[in-house]
Amino acid sequence: MQKIRSSEITPEHVYLSRRRFMRLGALALGSTALTACGGQLGETLAGRPAPAAPTKPADAAADTLGIRRDEFGDPANSFETISTYNNYYEFTEDKEGVAKLAANFKAEPWKVTVGGLVSNPRTYDIDDLRRKFDQEERIYRLRCVEGWSMVIPWIGFPLHKLLAEVQPKAEAKYVRFESLLDPNQYPNQRPLSLYPWPYTEGLRLDEAMHDLTLMVTGLYGKPLPNSNGAPLRLAVPWKYGFKSIKAIVKIELTAEQPKTLWNTLAPHEYGFYSNVNPQRPHPRWSQATERRIGESGRRPTLMFNGYADRVAGLYAGMDLQANY
Amino acid sequence: MSWLRTNGLRLAVHIGALVPLGVIILDNYRYNLTANPIQEITVRTGKAALVLLVLSLACTPLNTVFGFRQALRVRRALGLYGFMYVVLHLAVFAVLDYGLDLQMIGQTIVEKYYIIAGFLAFLILIPPAVTSTRGWMARLGKRWKSLHKLVYLAVPLAVMHFALLVKSLSSRPEPLIFGAATIALLALRISGVRRASAHCASKARYYFRSTVKPTPRQAGWPTGNRSGHPPEDAISRTA
Repeated sequence: MQKIRSSEITPEHVYLSRRRFMRLGALALGSTALTACGGQLGETLAGRPAPAAPTKPADAAADTLGIRRDEFGDPANSFETISTYNNYYEFTEDKEGVAKLAANFKAEPWKVTVGGLVSNPRTYDIDDLRRKFDQEERIYRLRCVEGWSMVIPWIGFPLHKLLAEVQPKAEAKYVRFESLLDPNQYPNQRPLSLYPWPYTEGLRLDEAMHDLTLMVTGLYGKPLPNSNGAPLRLAVPWKYGFKSIKAIVKIELTAEQPKTLWNTLAPHEYGFYSNVNPQRPHPRWSQATERRIGESGRRPTLMFNGYADRVAGLYAGMDLQANY
Repeated sequence: MSWLRTNGLRLAVHIGALVPLGVIILDNYRYNLTANPIQEITVRTGKAALVLLVLSLACTPLNTVFGFRQALRVRRALGLYGFMYVVLHLAVFAVLDYGLDLQMIGQTIVEKYYIIAGFLAFLILIPPAVTSTRGWMARLGKRWKSLHKLVYLAVPLAVMHFALLVKSLSSRPEPLIFGAATIALLALRISGVRRASAHCASKARYYFRSTVKPTPRQAGWPTGNRSGHPPEDAISRTA
């Protein structure tokens, strides 16, 4: 009898995902062929969620393995994926190139000034922030305006705790955030750069005070990797990823809506709000659908990135097509 | 050696055109296709298609302006390899990215200008690709040439497709480079421009030769081949 090599036996999870494929008919054939070919693409296809059988939360086996999941039961992306696929234009426009260029970034010591229209302006050392505020894990979806998404287990504290300390004045209506400006550390900030550095972002005060708005100091229980915006970044999960500014050095309360980098560069494409909205098309990327990194195919994009029940009230009565 | 001189360029084109595909397959097994492999393959096949299509546009001016006739012998191969990458690019988009969901694909096509441009380029390239054989060339006679001028429309559309999807042209100048090359290569087909450029090219060649002091080794070279003219027997086979 001819012996079957162990490498020729299909692992059960691949076998099962193939079974699901069969329902998809012709597409399944091609994809299965690629899956059988293996490699990175094959595994991506094998990891494709079956439209007929969505992932259910509380997968006992997976949970004992310590797999983190969002509230829909979707597994978090790996630490490696999250820290090596980044949009961080201060380093480079190449998402895969950021981690290498950021390796020697100096994230300590680091000071953050919180000022503007506040009664109690302060400058914090990054260690103060880590000690003063309880660091909690929040598993958020991140939806990039480019049409891809990840599930990320951030570590951090809600911004409203920090704002409560500095006490915004009554006339404060917005929060302005500013990233580090340091051409010695950021190759793409050299003279003649076409971006109006430093990176700036902004939120309306009620958005900033929302409990979902997180000041991020870590990832997967570890300090924040440089490529993800160490040592301090923002995570606003119901907005497109570029709103979640990295390497924050300055937080300012203002009366006027602050200028933001992408809005300045292309105002018709990137609005001040930039809430995830599948109904508002973008000239280049699909906003109706997204690819979850690690899967093939596309998922429908959810209004407010799936956080509508918690944040839709912030925009009650607002025309979200005009205020994109 | 004479085989290599007559067939070297063709060999280089066949190998070179398959390199991007080979690297994609290799990178698949090296897990080197980024965290977003479908996106990466889409970008790579698209760029390979553009490079090859622009190179195919370069063949005729290389002959008419610079007298490099061998270029004509690789024109079809460059165009067809370019079309192969267009088909791969589209297949990755439709099958792997959109799971052949025709409704979703339809919505994207009408919604995004860059997809309209790219899809038009694909449609326009089908007739020239299908009629690229000798049989069709004979069957269509004079019309063959006009039909293949569709490429002059398809390549600018493909460049537009690229330019429209780049986040900011000032920081990502690649589409501008492809655009400039395409415009230059199309301009060289206008008879006035072609004659003037050919004149300049021959002057430059003459100037270059007359200022370089011939060393014994150079002097020994057959001058006919220095200018890139292949032996006559090679030319007769290109028609």
